[in-house]
Amino acid sequence: MSNKKRLCRIIKVVSNAEIDPNEITPENVYLNRRNFLRGGLVAGSAIVSGSAYRFFNPATLRTDLRASITASSENSASGSADIANSYDEISNYNNFYEFSTTKSAVAAKARDFVTRPWAIEVGGLVEAPGTLSIEDLLSFEHVERIYRMRCVEAWSMVIPWRGLKLKTLLETVRPLAKAKYVAFESFYDPAQMQSSFAAGIDFPYVEGLRLDEAMHPLTLLATGLYGKPMPNQNGAPIRLVVPWKYGFKGIKSIVKITLTETEPPSTWNIFAPDEYGFYSNVNPAVDHPRWSQATERRIGELKRRETLMFNGYGDEVASLYDEMDLKKYF
Amino acid sequence: MNDVKFHKLLISFNALLPLCFIAYDGWNGQLGANPLEFFLRTTGVLTLVAVLITLSITPLRKVFGWNGLIKYRRMLGLYAFAYGCLHLVTYSIFDKSLIVADIVSDVFVRPFIAIGILAFLMMVPLAGTSTNGMVKRIGGKNWARLHKLTYAVAVLGVIHFWMIVKSDIFYPALFALIVVALLGFRIIYKYRSSSHRTKKATVA
Repeated sequence: MSNKKRLCRIIKVVSNAEIDPNEITPENVYLNRRNFLRGGLVAGSAIVSGSAYRFFNPATLRTDLRASITASSENSASGSADIANSYDEISNYNNFYEFSTTKSAVAAKARDFVTRPWAIEVGGLVEAPGTLSIEDLLSFEHVERIYRMRCVEAWSMVIPWRGLKLKTLLETVRPLAKAKYVAFESFYDPAQMQSSFAAGIDFPYVEGLRLDEAMHPLTLLATGLYGKPMPNQNGAPIRLVVPWKYGFKGIKSIVKITLTETEPPSTWNIFAPDEYGFYSNVNPAVDHPRWSQATERRIGELKRRETLMFNGYGDEVASLYDEMDLKKYF
Repeated sequence: MNDVKFHKLLISFNALLPLCFIAYDGWNGQLGANPLEFFLRTTGVLTLVAVLITLSITPLRKVFGWNGLIKYRRMLGLYAFAYGCLHLVTYSIFDKSLIVADIVSDVFVRPFIAIGILAFLMMVPLAGTSTNGMVKRIGGKNWARLHKLTYAVAVLGVIHFWMIVKSDIFYPALFALIVVALLGFRIIYKYRSSSHRTKKATVA
């Protein structure tokens, strides 16, 4: 204690003569108590703000290094260096609003999703309507396809799918001449999934394709990826994959397929018709009203990539839209 | 160390804690499949959180009489500005590759970018006048008037957030509610104290 301080102390004690000097906390005790309190404040506040941070931003599963599978030349635009994303990346970054609107949270929320027994009801304008169990569907001829997947949110992945061509299924039920479109419906169970209110979009999720798009050899009903059964969070047990369209066209966990004469409704189009068109072909020249579609962030890369027309599948699919104004039919 | 100094350190420690978490998660590869998007979103949310904490000082003083809090308000505002800088820099580097022409065209084409940049630009004079010297130079009254811009920053920040989400408006709506409460408090407080004064005046 400095002399000056000591002097002040003495003056204080003298000037408050009525206080018993024994009642005054000795300075070293006072300082110890203060340091103790300060330590408590540091620790306590760190616990509060740290747990608040953690509550809103849980650490995600550790993602493995990227896999080294390159897209096969059969189904990718030539010259593009596309390396498949890792299984961890593909299965921990999902838009599946029935479970969560947070992409990194879907995997955990979908872990106990029951996908057996499962069946798809196929009907509408077909000669042979019927119900196909997942076992029936898995017995169809399957193909392996490594496709780019471009999300409307301007990120993309490369995914090694396994599945049957939608064409194969449609040929077995024989669409009638009147059939022009294919409507799809997702499974929805409020006991296993969140409410429409929480997600902000209507459930069950519905999607649609023009019949010629549905019959295109690139269009898959995927039942697995990386040689494994479809992870719940990616749309188990069976989902649509249309690689030249934005990802949200790839409806997950399908339970119903209906052939129709008129354009079927699609969930995001109902939600915001000026933002999400029925066609939703990947098109760098037509921006989403709120963000650009000219470039994309490939998951695992720092620099953005140029987005390719029809997601790079133009050679295969551009002829489907020969006479169409793609700005109008976005 | 005196108490004010200690409390300032305590605030800094807590304000920088999220960055430590992000660094730790990043080091462990646990920021998810799209860490850049995570960082961009998180710094944006933290900017807004810091703005709202700054705006809650006045209601806390008026309601609980915790007038000592005023000593820390400028510092909280500066942390809001710091997170805002990180947010803007992340966007400029990783989304726009530092191409100024692209950023400028983004501002003109995309309202939510324009609103975000406007909110950031409004924070610049506030951060610039945060020293004691600047308060003295422009005068306390003018300084307080200038710093009412914080209200606009909060409102624009929430609109900016709301405009980028797709369908799940829970968090933007929550932030909007808090802003409405914080600004509503000021309006009601002002109205009540002025009507109180008029009443007194008529009685006199």
